[in-house]
Amino acid sequence: MEFLTPPPIRRLSGTESEVSKPTWRDAMGRSNGNGASNGNGNGASNGNGAGNANGNGNHGSMFTATRPRVAPATIAIDRMQVEALSVDYGRKRAVDSVSFPIKQGEVLALIGPSGCGKTTLLRSLNRLTELTKTASSEGRITLDGVDIATIEPTALRRRVTMVFQQPNPFPMSVFDNVAYVLREQASRRPKKRVLQGAVEEALARAGLLEEVRDDLDHAALRLSGGQQQRLCIARALVANPEVLLLDEPCSALDPRSTQVIEDLIVKLREDVAVVIVTHNLQQAFRVADYVAFMYLGELVEYASAPQLFSAPREQRTKDYVSGAFG
Amino acid sequence: MTSTQAVAAPPLPPAAPRRHESSASWRLTDRLGLAFAWFLGVLFCAITAAIVLYLFVQGIRYLRPSLLVTNPTAGFSENQTGGFFDPLMDTVVIAVMSMAIAVPLGVAIAVWLSEFGRPAALARVVESTVEMLAGTPSILLALFGTLLFEAPWLGFLSRTSGTVVFGRSFFAAAAMLSLLALPLVVTSVREGLQAIPSHVREASYAVGKTKATTTRRVLLPAARPSVMTGSMLGLGRVIGDTAIVVLLLGNTVTNDPSGSAPILSLLRGTGSTLTSYVYYNAPTGDGDQPGKAYAAAFVLLLLVLALNLGVDIVGRRGRDLRWSS
Repeated sequence: MEFLTPPPIRRLSGTESEVSKPTWRDAMGRSNGNGASNGNGNGASNGNGAGNANGNGNHGSMFTATRPRVAPATIAIDRMQVEALSVDYGRKRAVDSVSFPIKQGEVLALIGPSGCGKTTLLRSLNRLTELTKTASSEGRITLDGVDIATIEPTALRRRVTMVFQQPNPFPMSVFDNVAYVLREQASRRPKKRVLQGAVEEALARAGLLEEVRDDLDHAALRLSGGQQQRLCIARALVANPEVLLLDEPCSALDPRSTQVIEDLIVKLREDVAVVIVTHNLQQAFRVADYVAFMYLGELVEYASAPQLFSAPREQRTKDYVSGAFG
Repeated sequence: MTSTQAVAAPPLPPAAPRRHESSASWRLTDRLGLAFAWFLGVLFCAITAAIVLYLFVQGIRYLRPSLLVTNPTAGFSENQTGGFFDPLMDTVVIAVMSMAIAVPLGVAIAVWLSEFGRPAALARVVESTVEMLAGTPSILLALFGTLLFEAPWLGFLSRTSGTVVFGRSFFAAAAMLSLLALPLVVTSVREGLQAIPSHVREASYAVGKTKATTTRRVLLPAARPSVMTGSMLGLGRVIGDTAIVVLLLGNTVTNDPSGSAPILSLLRGTGSTLTSYVYYNAPTGDGDQPGKAYAAAFVLLLLVLALNLGVDIVGRRGRDLRWSS
């Protein structure tokens, strides 16, 4: 039986790889000393893979396909740190003291059953939760070392952008949808030719430029669902954000469009830290480097994707990824 | 780690043919209910068609092109009393003036109610005020208008002689008529705004835009079909109203300007619209020139039908550019 080969875990130092079952808290600790540990990980990951093969190694047999994706990214730059974050809606606790790092070069998937707080967690990262009147939060989130509570929300949301579950282009042309982000609030300046380069670059990064090059002036809502969603990704990329948040970006799309977007996500992770919320375990398996499993507001397990799917440490994770609940 | 080719997704299955459910298998009472609903629907169409057809026949019988370009004059027979050029023009003027007040105000109220609405208590009060206004008979608004515009400090809006303010003018009528259109604009725009999924707003916030920017650049353009629909419904209400025109426009058969300023004098003066012209010339009215009344009513009907068609087209155009939900 061929097991999936985990990608190199770049943050592991030699000694830490001896620990057969590191917890997510360890991952936190490691990430703090990140600079030194880049690039020394390949050996460590092999050790970890061997660890998977014994013990509960047979678990997660539904994820035995070779992951159809490019080789692991070669960088991991700390972008955000979530530290003991709790979010409440009124009296209901949606996210309970969650901590993990978010890195450029890796795709982090948040998985878990409905109502487990993964979308709330995602929306906390660009302070969209503040728009909900009853929401309150504790803990700290930093972006490049700066507490996001001290950053102006509009400025933060240009650096930590978001793509939603439903494709939601604005009721304007394809071009203006992307240019809207670059323009100063409601003004229509700068003019089109000034922004042309940046807009086309963003569309190209989202893999949409070839399809819409001649239709930049057409209404964005006339595009197909998959194209609309890639337009939303282009919109989210045009301001060169540090972090890209994706909230179930493929759940409204057909399998072909989903595949295009998943390929895109993997491509993007080198330029931008990607966090994706997904209901779809297979999708997390296909695109993620790291996976955070949430249940009832709690972060149950944070681990590399191969490990979480093939050798989860927690019983609840094991039950969830094997389909026992959710 | 081996990297393999991405696996192509499976092709889409062919669409299944759609079948219509037959009511043959229904219970007798359900089938009777359905038949009754059908009957009522057809009856309703027949009544409407009868009205339109009757007015068409009468209108074509009495309408002459000359009526559209000549003014009413005094006379004993229908050959002598002229046409209704002034009422027709005044209808347009009144409609433009009313909508110039009602649309901006209505859109602003709708945006505030739908997007801001703080404090909540004030929003509730505004909401029920708008609803109340929608249910107010126009004659009450007209009566209130006569009180309001006879106030000395509003004397500049109408004819005055000494300290007496006449209180009847285009300004007075348009202001009160705009209150008729206002609830329709507010309701329609509000529904349009509420139909925009919340994730569209959030998408705009999520790229660093403020609420004001989002409203102006995303929500209002998205709600444009609703603004158009509301305006046209309001316009229909305005050109169809009689009470306010009779009481507040003076109901002089021709325009009677006040003062010498070119346009202002007209607007401060009195006049009549198609509805008040029909009211005046109806068999039961003071003028009693039924032929003229039918001809004017026919023109009014054509205007209203054109407006309804406009509402339909605008509504249809907005429908295909929507977000999936």
